[in-house]
Amino acid sequence: MKAGVVMRLRGLIRKESLQILRDPSSIAIAFLLPAILLLLFGYGVSLDARHIKLGIAVEQPSAAASSFTTEFSNSVYFDPRVFSTADAAQTALAQEKIDGFVWLQSDFARRLAAGQDPSIGVYVNGVDANNARIIENYVQQSWAIWRSSQLAASGAKDPIPIAIEPRIWFNPAVSSRDYLVPGLIAVIMTLTGALLTALVIAREWERGTMEALMVTRVTMLEILISKVLPYFFLGLGGMVVAVIIAVFLFHVPLHGSILVLTLSASLFMLASLGMGLLISTIAKNQFVAGQIAIITTFLPAFILSGFIFDIGSMPWPIKVFTHIVAARYFVAILQSLFLAGTVWSVILPNFLALVVMAIVFLGAARLAARKRLD
Amino acid sequence: MSDPPLVLDQVTRRFSIAKRVVVALDQVSATTTPGLVTGLIGPDGAGKTTLMRVIAGLLRVDSGGVRVFGVDVAADPLAVQGMISYMPQRFGLYEDLTVQENLDLYADLQGLASGLRAARYGELLHMTGLAAFTTRLAGKLSGGMKQKLGLACTLIHPPRLLLLDEPTVGVDPVSRRELWSIVDHLVRGAGMSVLLSTAYLDEAEKCDEVLLLHEGKLIGSGPPGDFTKSMAGRSFQVRAAGMSKRVALTALTGRAGVTDAVIQGESVRLVLDRDAKPELVREAGLKDAVVIPVPPRFEDRFIDLLKIKAMAESPAKTLVMNPASRASTQTQPADVVIEVKHLIKRFGDFLAVDDISFTVRRGEIFGLLGANGAGKSTTFRMLCGLLLASSGTLRVGGFDLSHAAATARGQLGYMAQKFSLYGDLSVMQNLRFFSAAYGLTGQKRRQRIDWALSVFELTPFRDATSRDLPLGFKQRMALACALMHEPEILFLDEPTSGVDPLARREFWQRINGLADHGVTVLVTTHFMDEAEYCDRLVIMGQGRILAEGTSEQLKDHCRDESHPNPTMEDAFIALIEANDAQIAALARQA
Amino acid sequence: MYHRVLALIIKEFLAILRDAKSRMVLVGPPLVQLLVFGYAATFNLNHVPFAVYNQDRGTASLDLVAHFTNSAAFEKFAVLNSDNQIKSLIDSRQVEMVLVIDPRFSRDLLTHQPAPVQVIVDGRNSNTALLILGYANTILMNYSRTWATAHGAPPPLAEIVPRALFNQNLDSRWFIIPGIVALLTQVVTLLVVGLSVAREREAGTFDQILVTPMRPLDILLGKSIPGLLIGVIEGSVIILATVFWFKVPLYGGLLQLYLGLLLFVLAITGIGLMISSIAATQQQALLGAFLFMVPSIILSGFATPISNMPVIIQYLTLINPLRYALVVIRSSFLQHPSFMSLLPQYLPMAALALASLIAADWLFRKRAV
Repeated sequence: MKAGVVMRLRGLIRKESLQILRDPSSIAIAFLLPAILLLLFGYGVSLDARHIKLGIAVEQPSAAASSFTTEFSNSVYFDPRVFSTADAAQTALAQEKIDGFVWLQSDFARRLAAGQDPSIGVYVNGVDANNARIIENYVQQSWAIWRSSQLAASGAKDPIPIAIEPRIWFNPAVSSRDYLVPGLIAVIMTLTGALLTALVIAREWERGTMEALMVTRVTMLEILISKVLPYFFLGLGGMVVAVIIAVFLFHVPLHGSILVLTLSASLFMLASLGMGLLISTIAKNQFVAGQIAIITTFLPAFILSGFIFDIGSMPWPIKVFTHIVAARYFVAILQSLFLAGTVWSVILPNFLALVVMAIVFLGAARLAARKRLD
Repeated sequence: MSDPPLVLDQVTRRFSIAKRVVVALDQVSATTTPGLVTGLIGPDGAGKTTLMRVIAGLLRVDSGGVRVFGVDVAADPLAVQGMISYMPQRFGLYEDLTVQENLDLYADLQGLASGLRAARYGELLHMTGLAAFTTRLAGKLSGGMKQKLGLACTLIHPPRLLLLDEPTVGVDPVSRRELWSIVDHLVRGAGMSVLLSTAYLDEAEKCDEVLLLHEGKLIGSGPPGDFTKSMAGRSFQVRAAGMSKRVALTALTGRAGVTDAVIQGESVRLVLDRDAKPELVREAGLKDAVVIPVPPRFEDRFIDLLKIKAMAESPAKTLVMNPASRASTQTQPADVVIEVKHLIKRFGDFLAVDDISFTVRRGEIFGLLGANGAGKSTTFRMLCGLLLASSGTLRVGGFDLSHAAATARGQLGYMAQKFSLYGDLSVMQNLRFFSAAYGLTGQKRRQRIDWALSVFELTPFRDATSRDLPLGFKQRMALACALMHEPEILFLDEPTSGVDPLARREFWQRINGLADHGVTVLVTTHFMDEAEYCDRLVIMGQGRILAEGTSEQLKDHCRDESHPNPTMEDAFIALIEANDAQIAALARQA
Repeated sequence: MYHRVLALIIKEFLAILRDAKSRMVLVGPPLVQLLVFGYAATFNLNHVPFAVYNQDRGTASLDLVAHFTNSAAFEKFAVLNSDNQIKSLIDSRQVEMVLVIDPRFSRDLLTHQPAPVQVIVDGRNSNTALLILGYANTILMNYSRTWATAHGAPPPLAEIVPRALFNQNLDSRWFIIPGIVALLTQVVTLLVVGLSVAREREAGTFDQILVTPMRPLDILLGKSIPGLLIGVIEGSVIILATVFWFKVPLYGGLLQLYLGLLLFVLAITGIGLMISSIAATQQQALLGAFLFMVPSIILSGFATPISNMPVIIQYLTLINPLRYALVVIRSSFLQHPSFMSLLPQYLPMAALALASLIAADWLFRKRAV
């Protein structure tokens, strides 16, 4: 009986591996799609504003105004355009030719010289709120630099009483790629884990091969194990490809331990596989399986994992809901491992959560899997 | 070994489909005999697959019980699965694995020790003729080869009970015959018990015992001989000299005392009620008819059983087919309606249709027969204008298809395999759509829809979702849609596959009526009994026409001492084999 | 001709509405995405947990901390009394920011020396980090101004007065939710049109239509008009939800909005038909739709500005209809655009629609005789 189990498992696993190797769509979902997604995100998605089209409305040219303008031209963040009236700048803003403008009124130089307070208006297009905020911050920065150089030149004391020293840890260049790419690995692994597995099993149902399998002495547990193992390694393979692209192409630092990375990826993979197996017990055709997998695993991994959007700022019911999204824990581990290092205080709780998720999903898949068609 | 292979005790299984409860198995009880091939026979939707799955432990029953060699399936499915092998409808093969890898997988699953494998593989591969193809992907095999591989996989470790679910569906007669010889050899030789389901009634006679299933109920069981025996002296061949076979058929159908009448080649095959006399033929107006007694078939008994049942439910009805209101006899019957000359179709390097020519005259029922991959579907699709010819002439209804495709299409009706209609739409919505698609409007459109509802007796179902209709009604509806615009030419693709014999007769009755009114009918099929209805037919093989003529003429080709009374299937197989031999000889010369 | 197309359109609607699976495509994904994007996808920050390491004993520093705790954006998580607690708190992501106040803070303030305040931010999420820094900056500036006025210090040399036009509160929902209108319209139209021919191919009904006297153009029209209508209706429903449920103001003209929506749906219909003519099965059509959808969303400016992308990729976005639709819809919601000012969006969409429909027609004839 023991020998029978080993023989059956060996046969099933060999079959599954051969199928993966021969099916171009498995290879595509496991390796090609991750690479394409990484490239798209790595190159296409950036929250770092560069070359912001900023208008500067100089109503009356003066030495102060031109030094102010020069400050913006020298910044990597801005491509400034000078307008002679605020109206012209406003029109350009409405036509989306510029993202915002700084308004130096005609009395700018006079008031500055007189030590009065020349208020400088900054108008940004608020439609893209996030981008608008970032532009505002950059304008503040450039303005602060200009101001201190003006002060240094005049030898006056800084009338602003507080000296702000910003320190950004882990990602001093505040590069959004460095934080998006590690999180993306979690999203990509849900593709292999849940989507591919659900599709593959649904295909067995569609082609009637599952029916033939079930009528042999094989137990449901053996079928599940034979599905989990090959796809587990396929998923880890996809992760290795993604990590290599991240580190060598996008130069994202990897500060943490590779062993911990592999371990947590394994756990996450098991949880995803459990999810995929669970979906496949409900959906017996590829069309439905694909839809369910995308809605229940891929989309949440994208939006509710903290990969792009900050979980802390979500309304509380959604915050509660994110706790059942396995990707959430893995994203947290990945972002720390890549940018901060092996920070056990982050990794351990998330690691435990992944263990629980893996057990729950695999267990549920085992319970739901019936060796029957009804 | 005292326990019978299979004991079914009041097995009942219901499904709910779209808020409707369908009884798939209705108190089925039976016991099978060890070491025999038991046929589970019935048309599509009779409950065959459900019963197979129940026995294999894949479905639970709502009530009743199933025991395999004394083991209750519901209590210990794993023990039962250790004793049986099961080949599901699509053979359960992994198409992206090779022949050898499929065998290895099933050997592992069935726990065959590795020492015994080489010998067993050799035996099975030899028997199935697959030895030369072990490294080929299963998906690249022909339908017949897949079927044999599927069978080999289930037999690697000889089971005590072998379940085969419609192993012969969708494969051509040559492959069917081969499968049966394997079943004979491997199964009967090894003393295995087999349960084989099929919708082909002629296969019943190859089984040792038969379970006849209809609409979930067991309506008969026993050795096939018993079925035919009860029909002894009731079957006749009627040859009416100087009278069209269709007129003769119409005269006989539905008459009191007639159980069944079908066209068979140039004559009519008649089955009489138990107490009716053959003299009835003359009373029906067929004065000069020659009536010859013939041996009964299994199908005769099935029809007999269904008729008794149908009579109890509703009185007999006669079909009135009034296809066209316009006069369709303006042209002479000898008019050529479909003309095919030197037709060639290439797909890359592959010659799918290799220089064929034939003509079809007005009012003819013309058959296009062939094995899978013989080029008949390609030819058919070119005739319908679904595919462009590589070269050659195709004239349909006087129009050249390469120039006036849309105009030519206006004159033809098309009924696809599996009765492709919009399953989500109701009957009425389908009729409305197709009438408009054929360009009918206003009064005319309403008139034709009313005609379709009444002639095809679809009025009670006008608001039913087509997907939920029984197969026979789907077929009627498909024909109604194809006839909406009163076409001159009707194309039928395997029009009666899987439909129960009563519905099949009804269908052909309608088609005969159409042909009498001058509608030209072109049928493509690999069902031999559909071929019998054709006035003339061609048999295709490897893209060419192997033979042309009436079914009698084709049967004459292979009439010899061993086959004094050949069937259409015998004729077909003889032609294909002769062609294969010729090709092999040519290959050897080269 | 007109009758046949009408019959096809009616049939198409019936087939979609009577099939549970298709109904789900129309209702399921849009609903889920509207909720998820509407509520979860926000770049606004609130209740950011922070810690304070206050080495200063003066009241001025306590006052500063109060400015932070009183702001909606921040929530005090811990008060530290040693330097080495900072690392563990940030490492473990318990706080996202630490405010370190120098021991000289109060003294420096009183002596009009620059009083140092350190703001340490977790940079693992770069976007949040920048936003937190911006918020902190604003609070600190406010504080200095108040302090300066109260203590008679010299007024600041010049003052920045930021003002956001069109979206005064810089609410990122006002940006994202109108974007969803375009996004979901695209998803639904693409699925409905993209799967329609493939579904008929699988069911065998496509041959049935092809043997009727209908011409390829009739079939193409019959397939695209339902997609067009469904896309516009779906878009309208989401517009209503945006205005009445999520309370995003609709300032601009409805006509401008609908002209853009129509052109956009037309272009997507063309692309859907292209996918449909190539795909043999629903599976392939679904994969094709997915393969088009993901890059088109990422490269549209839906979540991140196109101007941040590398120049080559910016050129690639020019053939993405969603890019133009987003501009039209967002500006119609929050601005008052004229038809003329939207011309640079309308024209490319119209061109893309024309090109994709012609390509679809060509592919269609190639596949369907």
